[in-house]
Amino acid sequence: MAKPASNLSRQVDSVGQWIDQRIPVSSFWKAHISEYYAPKNFNFMYFFGSLALLMLVNQIVTGIFLTMHYKPDATEAFASVEYIMRDVEWGWLIRYMHSTGASFFFIVVYLHMFRALMYGSYRSPRELVWILGVFIYLVLMAEAFMGYVLPWGQMSYWGAQVIVSLFGAIPIIGDPLVEWIRGDFFISDATLNRFFALHVIALPLALIMLVVLHLAALHEVGSNNPDGVEIKKNKDAQGRPLDGIPFHPYYTVKDIFGVGVFLTLFAFVIFYAPEFGGYFLEPDNFNPANPDVTPEHIVPVWYFTPYYAILRAVPDKLLGVVLMGGAIIILFFLPWLDRSKVKSIRYKGWGSKIMLVVFAITFIRLGMLGVAEGTAAETIESRFWTFAYFAFFVLLPFVTKYEKTKPEPERVTK
Amino acid sequence: MMRIKMTSRIAGALFLLASAPFAMAAGGYEGLESSGINVHDLASVQRGAGLFFNYCHSCHSAEYMRYQRLSQDLELPEEMVENNLVFGDREITDYMKTSMQAESATAWFGKKPPDLTLKARSRGPDWIYTFLKSYYMTDEGWNNKILENASMPNVLWELQGVQRPIFETHTDESGTTHSEIVELRLDQPGLQSPEEFERTVRDITAFMEYLAEPAVLKRERIGIWVLLFMVAFTFMSWLLYHEYWKDVKK
Repeated sequence: MAKPASNLSRQVDSVGQWIDQRIPVSSFWKAHISEYYAPKNFNFMYFFGSLALLMLVNQIVTGIFLTMHYKPDATEAFASVEYIMRDVEWGWLIRYMHSTGASFFFIVVYLHMFRALMYGSYRSPRELVWILGVFIYLVLMAEAFMGYVLPWGQMSYWGAQVIVSLFGAIPIIGDPLVEWIRGDFFISDATLNRFFALHVIALPLALIMLVVLHLAALHEVGSNNPDGVEIKKNKDAQGRPLDGIPFHPYYTVKDIFGVGVFLTLFAFVIFYAPEFGGYFLEPDNFNPANPDVTPEHIVPVWYFTPYYAILRAVPDKLLGVVLMGGAIIILFFLPWLDRSKVKSIRYKGWGSKIMLVVFAITFIRLGMLGVAEGTAAETIESRFWTFAYFAFFVLLPFVTKYEKTKPEPERVTK
Repeated sequence: MMRIKMTSRIAGALFLLASAPFAMAAGGYEGLESSGINVHDLASVQRGAGLFFNYCHSCHSAEYMRYQRLSQDLELPEEMVENNLVFGDREITDYMKTSMQAESATAWFGKKPPDLTLKARSRGPDWIYTFLKSYYMTDEGWNNKILENASMPNVLWELQGVQRPIFETHTDESGTTHSEIVELRLDQPGLQSPEEFERTVRDITAFMEYLAEPAVLKRERIGIWVLLFMVAFTFMSWLLYHEYWKDVKK
């Protein structure tokens, strides 16, 4: 006589089978989670991929709730955000989770990209993982920019004015193009409305699709690791990589710990420093948009400032826009610019190590100059670092080809 | 009650910790005095609310804020708010809009007095504090050291008294001379002593800090519990991680 408990579990099993015969749930789970083998030597830098995914979910979920109360109308937008902050139950928390989430998303994405630079995660066979990642970064920037316009404060308005007018530097089609983007002769209600549509529907859809492709490409070729060794080269009798461990449960529990640390910092900012000294929420954006009053000091939010510094470093507007765009486009070519015999910075030569450190300093310094007022001395310094930024990519093929590298080990270390 | 006070004190300390590195970042104005406000000091915010209604609200709106919210957050009975703070035919659920007409305001002051709801966030509390203390009188009339030729009259002058500026002249490299105010000296005492007046201005500033973000009270009070939960969660997840990884690391 069967016990009721096992009866129930048999019923659950048969439902599972019924579903599995019709849609490949368990094989998908196996292929991507429970039997996806990841190298066992991931370090701290490998937390940021899952954290980026967490932030994407955070932005979408909080965004849905904000959309329920926000009004994409030039006369009502600003007041509707204050309504969320005051009259909507827990509206302030949802809004801060979204605004802080945007900045944290970029922190995580920048560290995730830097990890790729450190360990050569863009190298063959992972070129498409990297290229899809750069596309994600591009769409994320568009998404963040349009989101910043929505509260319709002074910085929203004038930031949009400055950024959109950059397209005006393009010869011949520039002016009509800018008019087409704004949907008006100036930043107006029409602009706000279309930016809202793009921010809540078009760009998030593109982001999700790109993230799916990014992960699909990653799981096809397998994850890189701090040693840059291909774990698929050494397999056991069952065809499992000797240096690999199943993503679940090993990396799921490890990532949960990473999420804990990350969310503690995230909560600290949300509850005790949501403006983050004017870097996450700028003081001037607490003044409603006013087309008649230009703020003295228009600065984009911190995550755009390295590129803004490059733009301002160049006296010619068109050339500035070209360099600024080029600074991002050049990332697409990275897989072919690095010609080293080894992937990881651990086994590369001194030339590569110095260049990577200088590149990190360059990016941070450009970011700091991008929020500065733009005095003559700062402009000259920006030129120096702009030069350094591009020098990294120009020198990379030569340094990586000719420098002396250490031999890559057969198996992952530690 | 004790516990709430304790948590708000911890909250205040955490806030200071978080904001210290950015003392200059917000607003970026120079020569401001530190307001020394504590938005969790209920008595101070309550006094500030009274002062705001007596001295500010007849000209300035706070159009994103409802009267009712004051009674909820500042522990003021609704009846008291309704009878003392909500004037004319307005309801307690209305937004705090001034009864002054825009046209007459423009005629009197040259422009409509700005809305004050968010000033503590756009200008920063130190700016408000210093601004209200920086009115002075010359032979040409009233002026303000922080906001030159401010169109706002010195509504607090009876309390503060009359300050006069002490100038110092400098000659720069190109030979032009500038005169600069180095000090404002109390020339004619007001109804309050300088210390009492400082407290008055601090109370108004504390109220405006609250007004700019009413959620600040709850946010900083519950934040500590969220952080404690997160620390406990992270510790548990660390234990779990180590348990699972024992077999990987051997």
